[in-house]
Amino acid sequence: MVAAETRTKVLEVNDLSISYGPKTAMSGLSLDVYENEIFGIIGPANSGKTSFLRAINRMDAFDSQMNVNGSLRFMGTEVSAWRNDYALRRQIGVVFPLPVGLPMSIYDNVAFAAKLRGVKGKAALDEVVERCLTRAALWDEVKDRLDSLGSQLSGGQQQRLTIARALSQEPTLLMLDEFSIAVDPVTTMRIEDVLKELKKEMTILLVTNLVQQAERLADRTALFLNGSLIEIGYTDALFEGQTQDQRTKDYLEGRFG
Amino acid sequence: MTARFAATELNLSNYRTERRYRLMLFSMTAMLVLPVLIILAILILKGAPMISWEFLFEFPRRGMTEGGIYPALLGTIFIVVVDLIFAMPIGVAAAIYLSEYAPDNWLTRAINLAIINLAGVPSIVHALFGVGAFVIFFGFGTSILAAALTVAIMTLPLVIVATRESLQAVPQAFREACWSMGASRWQTIFTVVLPNAISGILTGLILEVSRTAGETAPIMFTGAAFFLPFLPESVFDQTMALSLHLFVVSTQVPEVPEALPYGVALVLIGIVLIMNAISIVFRSYLRGKKKW
Amino acid sequence: MSEKTLAPSQLDQRDASWYVDKLVQILMFVGGISAIIFIIGIFVFITKEGIAFLFEGFSFTEFFGSINWRPTSSNPTYGALALIVGTASVTGVAMLVAIPFSLGAAIYISEFATGRTKETLKVLVELLAAIPSVVWGFIGLSIMNEFIIEVFDVPIGLNVLNAGIILGLMAAPIMTTIAEDALKAVPDRFREAAEAMGATRWQIIRQVIMPAAKNGLVSAVLLGVGRGFGETMAVLMASGHAINIPTSPFDSVRALTATIAAELGETAQGSEHYGALFALGIFLFIITFIINLAADLVVRGIRKK
Repeated sequence: MVAAETRTKVLEVNDLSISYGPKTAMSGLSLDVYENEIFGIIGPANSGKTSFLRAINRMDAFDSQMNVNGSLRFMGTEVSAWRNDYALRRQIGVVFPLPVGLPMSIYDNVAFAAKLRGVKGKAALDEVVERCLTRAALWDEVKDRLDSLGSQLSGGQQQRLTIARALSQEPTLLMLDEFSIAVDPVTTMRIEDVLKELKKEMTILLVTNLVQQAERLADRTALFLNGSLIEIGYTDALFEGQTQDQRTKDYLEGRFG
Repeated sequence: MTARFAATELNLSNYRTERRYRLMLFSMTAMLVLPVLIILAILILKGAPMISWEFLFEFPRRGMTEGGIYPALLGTIFIVVVDLIFAMPIGVAAAIYLSEYAPDNWLTRAINLAIINLAGVPSIVHALFGVGAFVIFFGFGTSILAAALTVAIMTLPLVIVATRESLQAVPQAFREACWSMGASRWQTIFTVVLPNAISGILTGLILEVSRTAGETAPIMFTGAAFFLPFLPESVFDQTMALSLHLFVVSTQVPEVPEALPYGVALVLIGIVLIMNAISIVFRSYLRGKKKW
Repeated sequence: MSEKTLAPSQLDQRDASWYVDKLVQILMFVGGISAIIFIIGIFVFITKEGIAFLFEGFSFTEFFGSINWRPTSSNPTYGALALIVGTASVTGVAMLVAIPFSLGAAIYISEFATGRTKETLKVLVELLAAIPSVVWGFIGLSIMNEFIIEVFDVPIGLNVLNAGIILGLMAAPIMTTIAEDALKAVPDRFREAAEAMGATRWQIIRQVIMPAAKNGLVSAVLLGVGRGFGETMAVLMASGHAINIPTSPFDSVRALTATIAAELGETAQGSEHYGALFALGIFLFIITFIINLAADLVVRGIRKK
């Protein structure tokens, strides 16, 4: 544990609470996420996992119902104190539960973030598109039809497209929200391999409904339940049964959720 | 109430009642839409003989009892064009605000109420407003500009409602995906929302043309003239207009040949209905090639 | 890896796109509130032109109690009662025509018609709504006029009946569309539940769907009334435009809106007559505002439930 604290903190969360109108989605959350780790978040539906991700990339700016209180630092600065919240989001890649291929060409889907960042010139964009699609294990399947609509790919392909898109942002933090929900098992495995590679370059926040997925990928894992953090620990240790809270043990063993 | 499930005779009588009501409702619907067809038929029958190259492209002669409708036709086009220059940007901006920015608060409710009222205030009251504001206060005089502004404000709800509907039909997930990549609100609207709502905006534009061409009351004191022997040279000139011309030749001018107003009415309704037909065809065409 | 160690302060710069975004937000907001500005503008400007009359020539009892609208006489009087009654009678007949037919059509289109029939009927209703008011006026003046003279054997065909029918046909498409939307908004599970109990289509419509869509239907009627109330050109051309308290549908009348349209061109700006016409405009504005507000509140009532 002592070693861990010397690592750079990408996220520092202190007493964070999130509510939508009168409904509380998360309260009293405190945790840190370190550079180059895969941080898994598990928990049943409505436990506040997605709300937490939305708070990190400041989706509350677009949702007048959503309220975030407490301290949430990204790269050492409060997310709410970023002067340009769009620049903040450019540092954070997001992959949604249901794949969202934007209704533009596959090429434009992947080149979009690069263009936002100010990358100019066809050669530079071509390079970004090929690199990101290759990393997301999609290049071979789509390289001959980059002009066709991203929203008309199959579910599994669209999900890899959204990963390629998130990678094209060259993010500091990659957040995946139950990415495998609409993806077949083979694709899921391929994406998981990609994530293990990506860990060397970025920090990954992996929200998952599959306990085994967290076990396979995450360095540390947190359990959320009904809008609060139950337990946080090294994944290996948790799955070996070294849990502080009985509910964690129950959840990991599949007794609820 | 228990009988409802029992006798077959009752079922049978229910069935007959149902057929009777169905027939009645159908004939009511038919009687509502039949007039359009009858009216169109009469207008075509009586008006078609008038339509000729000369009718469309000559000035009226002999106190408007002879000759063509050229200055009125052209004037209507001028008013429509100037109207679009104002109504489209303002209407689309308002729709974008309501669909993409507006929080659910009192101001948004007030805007919606104002839109309903802009559409609901009598056209002649809009005309009074046009006279008081554009003709007198802003000093545009009776001019194409004043007339077009008056109609633009009156028909603004049409553009707003058509555009807003098509913006709201774009799935929210597209916006969130775009935002999460660090696109600003405007970049999201410009690259993802607007391109996918373009059909609704164009439908709004076509309907706006149709409505503007048909309006009479709001332009008759703000810029449209009964008769002018020459064409307008700038937006600060008066103009003739097709809709007002129909009113004039059918009520104000003595000894007009019977067919003349029918010809004017046919041209006017032709423009309006063709525009509406285009918007309907266009809509169903685009519905067929949705991108998601 | 070098990028990762960048401090946020270097990444967190307000770039051109940030400023463009804020600028656009302001522009869109201006567009959004323009509707409010225009509505207020309408009220301000018609009041500005009419206020002098309201304080000088205007008498409440004369305006609402007298039928003598004689703005051009040497001793002008401004009694709007006949105009109000004219507008009311025409709107009344219009509603007698429009309410049953538009509700009937809405029910048929929403609950019975399917597929191509449904699409065709909706398109026809839309085209009906598109016919300009001056064309309707011309139809009243020419086609309906002759028709009424022939059928009812009356000397003049430009009267309450003519204007009422024309206005009814004009208001009906809007009412049909709004009523159909209201019926469509009734969830299908209502229909299915009633069907499962063995109710017939008509019973479902009468006992389930109509009550559930009640507010939307009322709002459709209100907006139809507002439309009839404010219609100008068609009423001007089809009503006969004679100051008269009608005793039968075959009497000619004169409407508030038509009076403004017919007389505004002949008045001098700033004159008493001119002010009186703007006062009629203020009256029309307030009445239609109330009707629209009521329709909106009624519809809001459904959403609350």
